[in-house]
Amino acid sequence: MLLEGSNRRIHAVHNHAGMAVAGLAADGRQIVARTKSEATSYENTYGEPIPIKELCERVASYVHLCTLYWWLRPFGSGVILGGYDRDGPQLYMIEPSGVAYRYFGTAIGKGRQAAKTEIEKLKLSEMTCREGVIEVAKIIYGVHDEAKDKAFELEMSWICDESKRRHQKVPADLLEEAKEAAKAAQEDMDAD
Amino acid sequence: MDIDWINAPHSMGTTIIGVTYNGGTVLGADSRTSTGMYVANRASDKITQLTDNVYLCRSGSAADSQVVSDYVRYFLHQHIIQLGQPATVKVAANLIRQLSYNNKNMLQTGLIVGGWDKYEGGSIYSVPLGGTILQLPFAIGGSGSSYLYGFIDQAWKEGMNKEEAEALVVKCVSLAIARDGASGGVVRTVVINSEGVTRNFYSGDKLPLWHEELPLRNSLLEEASSEVEPMRA
Repeated sequence: MLLEGSNRRIHAVHNHAGMAVAGLAADGRQIVARTKSEATSYENTYGEPIPIKELCERVASYVHLCTLYWWLRPFGSGVILGGYDRDGPQLYMIEPSGVAYRYFGTAIGKGRQAAKTEIEKLKLSEMTCREGVIEVAKIIYGVHDEAKDKAFELEMSWICDESKRRHQKVPADLLEEAKEAAKAAQEDMDAD
Repeated sequence: MDIDWINAPHSMGTTIIGVTYNGGTVLGADSRTSTGMYVANRASDKITQLTDNVYLCRSGSAADSQVVSDYVRYFLHQHIIQLGQPATVKVAANLIRQLSYNNKNMLQTGLIVGGWDKYEGGSIYSVPLGGTILQLPFAIGGSGSSYLYGFIDQAWKEGMNKEEAEALVVKCVSLAIARDGASGGVVRTVVINSEGVTRNFYSGDKLPLWHEELPLRNSLLEEASSEVEPMRA
């Protein structure tokens, strides 16, 4: 009963940045709304797109705020923020505690431990963004437990020179290619 | 009797100019601040620092331009602390623009923001009276600028080096000083590039002479005799 496209996990927060959410959907929605607001208000004040590091810090400080007062509950979701600014492409993760770091590869959610292990095997500095899309798809399919987890839909977005430094959904043909490669890799593993 | 100058607001008649070259920016200004007909300060510094790498040329009301530059310096400082790296000229210019535009009914100041940052190299932004912001390869402002439009359109060239750019700035300001009564004094320049900032000062005797201007002469007394005898009682 999974309708395609019914459960958006990735949101564009500005032309040059996107955010993936894990955890309570409503809480994640609030974080995304705040991020969008910070990005547009920065650009209105300073006349340039918000540097991703600055955006991350603003969001993290907002998430952290909700851990400081007894009358507020912490956010029940973490987010991964990816963007491309003047200093190049950057990836950040903000956890419910308000802690935020810059990463070259990271994962969040139920299968994060396994995913992180798989990511560590990759040689990130030698990969192009296209190749990365394929690898990420493989990892997502890889950590999905057929027995325990429900059916899922793969949602992917990217931001790179090929996407003209704008955050957008991965083009349909590349997405298909990634899904095929992931399924093939699964079968290889099962075959052993 | 024209004693109104005593209470007239300080206005910088002014000529200000900013020019980009292949490694950075050169800003230039005259040094006359007038209250009506009286020259309140004949050696003023109209090029103010906003950050290590961004400077501002001020024209119009002296008070207004000083207050605006003080606010922007303060905001920029906080911005730099937050960002953890030097400010870009674009950000400085936008902050100036915000103040100028939002307070347009009360302010009367034309500003030129110029500097160097690692992303764009040298850049110049003009923020005239209403609070428009315009990025340009060169900009002129102040009452003396009226006399420079045609000249600089012809004289500015892409890809000048530092010496050529500074010479152009000095020539422009001195031409304007020659024709504009509200501009005068000395020519101050500020050169900003990746290596840092250099301030220069060109006093009247160093400036080129233009049509009908008289050359500098020593007093007749000195000219008449090589050895001057002191006056005796």
